[in-house]
Amino acid sequence: MKKYTKIIALLLCLAMAVCVFAACKKGGDDTDTTAADTDATVDGTQTAAGTFKIGLIGPLTGGAAIYGNAAKNGAQIAVDEINAKGGIQFEYKAEDDEHDPEKSVNAYNTLVDWGVQVIVGPITTKPAVAVSAEAYADRIFCLTPSASSTDVIDNKDNMFQVCFTDPNQGTASADYIAENFAGKSVAVIYKNDDAYSQGIRDTFVAEAEAKGLTVAYEGTFTDATATDFSVQVNASKSAGAEVVFLPMYYEPASVILKQAADIDYAPVFFGVDGMDGILTMEGFDASLAEGVMLLTPFSADDPDAADFVAAYQEAYNEVPNQFAADGYDAVYIIYEALQAAGCTADMSAADICEKLVAAMPTLTVDGLTGDGMTWDASGAVSKAPMAVVIKDGVYVTP
Amino acid sequence: MEFLSYLISGLNLGSVYAIIALGYTMVYGIAKMLNFAHGDVIMVGGFISYYALDAVFKKSGLPFWFSAIIAVVLAMIVCTVLGVLIEGLAYRPLRAAPSLAVLITAIGVSYFLQNSALLICGAQFKTYQSIISGTLNLFGGGLSIPYVSMLTVVVCIVIMVGLTLFTSKTKMGKAMRACSEDKGAAQLMGINVNKTISTTFAIGSALAAIAGVLLCSSFPILKPTTGSMPGIKAFTAAVFGGIGSIPGAFLGGLLLGIIESFAKAYISTQLANTIVFAVLIIVLLVRPAGLLGKYVPEKV
Amino acid sequence: MSKKLKKLSGAPKRDYFSYLLVTAAFILITALNGGGLLSKQMQGLLVPVCCYIIMALSLNLTVGIMGELSLGHAGFMSLGAFSGVVVSQSLITAVPNDALRLVISIAVGAVVAAFAGFLIGLPVLRLRGDYLAIVTLAFGEIIMDVINCLIVGHDANGLHVIFNFRGDKTVADLDLAEGGVAIIKGAQGAVGTKTISTFTAGFIIILITLFIVLNFIRSRTGRAVIAIRDNRIAAESVGVDVMKYKMIAFVISTTLAGMAGALYGLNFSMISADKFNFNTSILVLVFVVLGGLGNMLGSIIAATVLYILPEALRGLQDYRMLIYAIVLILVMLATNNPKVRNLFLRIIPKRKSAEGGTAK
Repeated sequence: MKKYTKIIALLLCLAMAVCVFAACKKGGDDTDTTAADTDATVDGTQTAAGTFKIGLIGPLTGGAAIYGNAAKNGAQIAVDEINAKGGIQFEYKAEDDEHDPEKSVNAYNTLVDWGVQVIVGPITTKPAVAVSAEAYADRIFCLTPSASSTDVIDNKDNMFQVCFTDPNQGTASADYIAENFAGKSVAVIYKNDDAYSQGIRDTFVAEAEAKGLTVAYEGTFTDATATDFSVQVNASKSAGAEVVFLPMYYEPASVILKQAADIDYAPVFFGVDGMDGILTMEGFDASLAEGVMLLTPFSADDPDAADFVAAYQEAYNEVPNQFAADGYDAVYIIYEALQAAGCTADMSAADICEKLVAAMPTLTVDGLTGDGMTWDASGAVSKAPMAVVIKDGVYVTP
Repeated sequence: MEFLSYLISGLNLGSVYAIIALGYTMVYGIAKMLNFAHGDVIMVGGFISYYALDAVFKKSGLPFWFSAIIAVVLAMIVCTVLGVLIEGLAYRPLRAAPSLAVLITAIGVSYFLQNSALLICGAQFKTYQSIISGTLNLFGGGLSIPYVSMLTVVVCIVIMVGLTLFTSKTKMGKAMRACSEDKGAAQLMGINVNKTISTTFAIGSALAAIAGVLLCSSFPILKPTTGSMPGIKAFTAAVFGGIGSIPGAFLGGLLLGIIESFAKAYISTQLANTIVFAVLIIVLLVRPAGLLGKYVPEKV
Repeated sequence: MSKKLKKLSGAPKRDYFSYLLVTAAFILITALNGGGLLSKQMQGLLVPVCCYIIMALSLNLTVGIMGELSLGHAGFMSLGAFSGVVVSQSLITAVPNDALRLVISIAVGAVVAAFAGFLIGLPVLRLRGDYLAIVTLAFGEIIMDVINCLIVGHDANGLHVIFNFRGDKTVADLDLAEGGVAIIKGAQGAVGTKTISTFTAGFIIILITLFIVLNFIRSRTGRAVIAIRDNRIAAESVGVDVMKYKMIAFVISTTLAGMAGALYGLNFSMISADKFNFNTSILVLVFVVLGGLGNMLGSIIAATVLYILPEALRGLQDYRMLIYAIVLILVMLATNNPKVRNLFLRIIPKRKSAEGGTAK
């Protein structure tokens, strides 16, 4: 090999140059930037005006691509709607982080070079924690649609969330189960390399103990083992659990439901907001989810969401999940906040950040993922989750 | 009873590993290369059968079992063509190159397949409809065995026996063994080495398609990275049993699945992979060429 | 044989060239950065590039010089990263000076990785070929799993460590005193690390790494390792202790990986063990193979170019990873194609005679 080093180096440089060139060329007519040239020519009643650059960071490739793409598409719809309204305009760009904290920081830096003024994201928790420290130092406002860990917002005034923080959901779930299934034994299956799942499990178990529930079995899994749950399901069955609590996203949950059905195990499955979307999975047999209970902020069947669902289906040919709704809401929240704070597009990102941080706690936003969302200065959202049960493939309030 | 149900899920998982490992081991035995793209061919098989099943069953009104067979056959055909194409375009030009160059190319092919799947099929996970559903209940519901587990185990055994017969009885099978012993000598004996290697890839890829269908039927999540982890595990299984050996891959796969299942059930779900790999390391220390592998002493 | 001798004797000049090139690149980049000519994206890439260069050099020692395929090198990086983070976070009050703390952390990261390298080397190096490769892969995954089980916190009473064997422990079980901080939160990774890595530190470690590796290759030990690689039986028959020399090379290699890891871990406010999985090991292996086995300068160039490539391709959006894959395949095909090879040899005829002996 040794003597070909120079050749290889040369070839690599050549390849790279070509690619970079191609990239530049592509960038010119990039369709992703919905640049609105129509500056703020609309009625002068609004104080906020101009074209803001907002950027989204999320996993667009790799194993977690589903979340990033959904949020990206949801945000795109919101951006298009807002740009069509006139007034504040958005120039929007999404960068890929492959669900890797390292790549997420790279994506963030790329957006800063582009001149980003407000960031939507990062979508997933670990990258969000990594980027939050950078954005905090640079004073750039971030509103994450779905990174729910408290680590994302702790001690960082520029970070805000659209989704619930984990502790609330665990407590609410335990309360609900204690009230409605008193005296039954509970099993918990959770994903322990995911701050979201672990966080909910921690508060759930603490609250369950306080309320006198018995947790008969706890099973864990990680990214690497998220395809086979037959052992966890079997163990729950053997432990005699009548309620199985699943604080996780809907993809692994769908496997658990299927494998439980395979061995004729039919406890009450109880999920959290991550469970939402299970009915929209392509190919999922909705009868498996019959009787599943969940706490959710968003439902694609909700009449309020009908317009959004229709627009999303038209553009992307699939039913939006809650990440799409979170992304959509995030853009609208930023829109409202920019107006409330009276920001103009010629302000620097740091100035916008200060104004938005001050404005966020004063806002009340009605979105797809909750009515009357408010924020405290820590960045956590407060909105009420509702408990629903799945009957005949739709959500019903029990 | 618990023990039996863990054993059954272990056998199910192990059989899937074994089928994938058989593909790995055949390719390794003859081409002497670690085909890291094998796991992604499984994923392709999963996607093809998913779409085919959906289209055939919904549009034609044929009975489900028949649609399932059509889907599986279609997936096998597509994967076979894909396997031969990959071999011809990416690996054959590197036949004389150092083995690491081929390894890196295989990784490139793996990235290529994953990202193509992402672009073509989208990021949305698919729930795979099992090609066989239902459960056999024994002991008054105390023990439940999904039919898909039984099917997987049976298919695995059939494939193993079939491959063993194929390599020992048929002309092509003998040619494969000759190539794996000594390519140069095989060529001198009038064996078309390139054709033999292509055939091996074709068989390996067809097996990958079957593995994809069974994998997704048991663990019904289908996404572009579906094949990666089972691919690595199956590679481990193949080495565990002695890479290049067909019964070895079968045994390695089954043992790996059972160990994984028991480790999860009785020791720790956290450390299931650790335990699997630790067993592998111990076995290799005792038998450096795997359970059934031939130890070839180096000649001076 | 004569060609090999020639290569050996001509080597130091090439070494100086490597040092010179790295230093020149460092000065150039620092100057550009000082002049504000470097985009924020590029600035952000500097330290990770340094880490991957060190990783590539380290792995090249194992794969190129020792001739054994390691598929779990990221595991040692992981050990270095997490131990470095723990040390740095624990010493924040005791050693307020960032540079000094970075040096201590990197040193500890290196020692931990070296120790692990020794322990893992004991069984691994007895194996050969693909069996050795699979066992390194296995150890890489084991390290990842084990770190996923670690919960570590620090308070006035010192370090608290829990091994979360059954998955039911959390940070709350650490019983940290008032003012204590959780450093590693199990599978959720190390969160809230104060980032202290700098490009200068990266540059210095690259120089140290290069110095160690290049001199190792020229040393008596290094020549023994190369002899084992080229013909183990011949080496054994003239009395070379195979296990000992392989172990020395392997431990040096893992030590360097530990340093790279510590530098990496202290560059991000959050790292998690699943970052250092099989895919990262493979990524580094790609750098090594494309740079040329045994060719240290090649590793440096390949790591730099290949790490920046996907970042430079960001403009292509969804297609970038696909194009990266295609570039990878095409480069491998082209560099191993006799016609392309001959073409280049004709363009650069001098190299043919100057570098006859090739590493296999």
